[in-house]
Amino acid sequence: MRARRTSGIVHRSGPGAWLLRGLLFTILGLFCLYYLFPLFVMLATSVKSLAEIREGSFLAFPRDISFEAWAKAWGAACVGVRCDGLQPYFMNSVMMAVPAVLLSTTLGALNGYALTKWRFPGADIIFALMLFGAFIPFQVVLLPMARTLGELGLAGTVPGLILVHTVYGLAFTTLFFRNFFIGVPDGIVQAAKVDGAGFFGIFFRIVLPMSLPAIVVTVIWQFTQIWNDFLFGVAFTVGDSNPVTVALNNVVNTSTGVKEYNVDMAAAIIAGLPTLLVYVVAGAYFVRGLSAGAVKG
Amino acid sequence: MATVSLDGVRKSFGKTPVIHGVDIDIADGEFIVIVGPSGCGKSTLLRMVAGLETVTDGEVRIDGERVNDKEPMDRDIAMVFQNYALYPHMSVFDNMAYGLKIAKTPKPEIEERVRTAATMLQLDPYLARKPRELSGGQRQRVAMGRAIVRKPAVFLFDEPLSNLDAKLRVQMRLEIKQLQRQLGITALYVTHDQVEAMTLADRMVVMNAGRADQIGAPLQVYADPRTEFVAGFIGSPPTNFIDPAALGGQGARMGIRPEHLALCPLPEARVAARVLDAEPLGAETLIHTRLPSGCLVTVRQDGAAPIPDAGAEVGLSWRAGDEMRFDAGGRRL
Repeated sequence: MRARRTSGIVHRSGPGAWLLRGLLFTILGLFCLYYLFPLFVMLATSVKSLAEIREGSFLAFPRDISFEAWAKAWGAACVGVRCDGLQPYFMNSVMMAVPAVLLSTTLGALNGYALTKWRFPGADIIFALMLFGAFIPFQVVLLPMARTLGELGLAGTVPGLILVHTVYGLAFTTLFFRNFFIGVPDGIVQAAKVDGAGFFGIFFRIVLPMSLPAIVVTVIWQFTQIWNDFLFGVAFTVGDSNPVTVALNNVVNTSTGVKEYNVDMAAAIIAGLPTLLVYVVAGAYFVRGLSAGAVKG
Repeated sequence: MATVSLDGVRKSFGKTPVIHGVDIDIADGEFIVIVGPSGCGKSTLLRMVAGLETVTDGEVRIDGERVNDKEPMDRDIAMVFQNYALYPHMSVFDNMAYGLKIAKTPKPEIEERVRTAATMLQLDPYLARKPRELSGGQRQRVAMGRAIVRKPAVFLFDEPLSNLDAKLRVQMRLEIKQLQRQLGITALYVTHDQVEAMTLADRMVVMNAGRADQIGAPLQVYADPRTEFVAGFIGSPPTNFIDPAALGGQGARMGIRPEHLALCPLPEARVAARVLDAEPLGAETLIHTRLPSGCLVTVRQDGAAPIPDAGAEVGLSWRAGDEMRFDAGGRRL
């Protein structure tokens, strides 16, 4: 990919053009404010004390910054009857999301590789059927999946949830990798065959190292999907094995005691931080991966 | 080093036959070029020798041994691909060493073989670079280096120069020829460019629609084409084809090469023609004319000879025996 410079393109100038520019940036600025506002409210509220929240307005800047609410959300907030904060559930989510992302990405890459570089009769039909999985709504698979997990003895466990997310994610990961690999010249795979590499040798040594952009896109996509999932989490886990999204819901939706807005906000931010982190770390690749192949380099 | 034999080799994709039985015997150290227009099956033939395509019928033998069912890596071949097919994430060194690493060659030997090949191809300064940091010609050399280090019995080239610009192509053509001579390795080279075929080949195979129309030394094929297709495909500018009815004699078609034609005064002419246009190329001039029958005929004359005006009526003559006559099926009479 070669980035074409566009800064040299001649623009219209004059007062009319300046006015339009000004208008454009004003509108863009308003949109920015609109989108950043909820984040500001969350952050501000999470560092206020309960007393300050009750007295002042949601929109006011915090007077005294305190991270007590964060500490409570992490380690002491009550989820149901257990008052250990989000921490154990956060760990559940990590234990669930990391293997599920790795598994679904690896299997998707293998699928895409086999479907494009080792074509077999019926490959297109199989791909079409797998693609179908991407369009099935979550709700439809709930009951059959619950039954399957029961049969496997994985009901209500983190490994069970890993299985669900891996299976459900395969449709997407296969699609991503298949579309990426279709752009990898067949000649490279054939050259590797002549060089003596086999199915997995070519996969691990040649194809996978070439597909870093696709891997990053898939990992971000899968991590976001799996970490943020609520429905599968609430349906297929119980109590101690809940992922953080379900625990967050139980913190916020409690109907006993005082409503601790600052703790709620801190908990919500904590639950959302990992996906944010993944974007910041790998975001540049994400954009690059999405547009990879769009321009012949 | 090895001989290669194709014995009644056929290929069908599904029910569509694309190669209709090809027989070629290649001697040890020989440079064979398979030439033909796109879609004639020449690449498919090469890929069958490489083991990248199954053989539907017939036999492929390398050094007398049937290899139909052997995997590419077990055939003792190396292949240079049209688009180089270098591994983009590996350095030049690793690109060349990959096959040896898979074959579990000891490290010092890999090092030595890669360095030797790199020196031969003037790639020493680039061993640490990635393919994307190289020019087209250098990438081409890396692809050749990857083939050389394996010390194969047979080199297979699949249009290796078609992605290079014209000047580089001429240069690389010479290098390939020298390298093959130097190493003495049997080579099978596929191209659609008849100039490459003429200059590189010890013998060339002219393919037409899945058949080998003619196999022979380049000059012999040029001087004595066995079919109308070969006469038309080999030679530039191509052979003129004339309906012989107006001229008498046997055959359904008559071909005559542009360089065998000469302009002459009308009374001495075998046939009269009207000049359409002239292309002076310096050393030679191509004169395009039209016969009264409507056939277009190109005359190639010396660059110093006078050039007739467009629209002028001229006579065409040629020596008896220079014309080639073909039957209705395109076979030489």
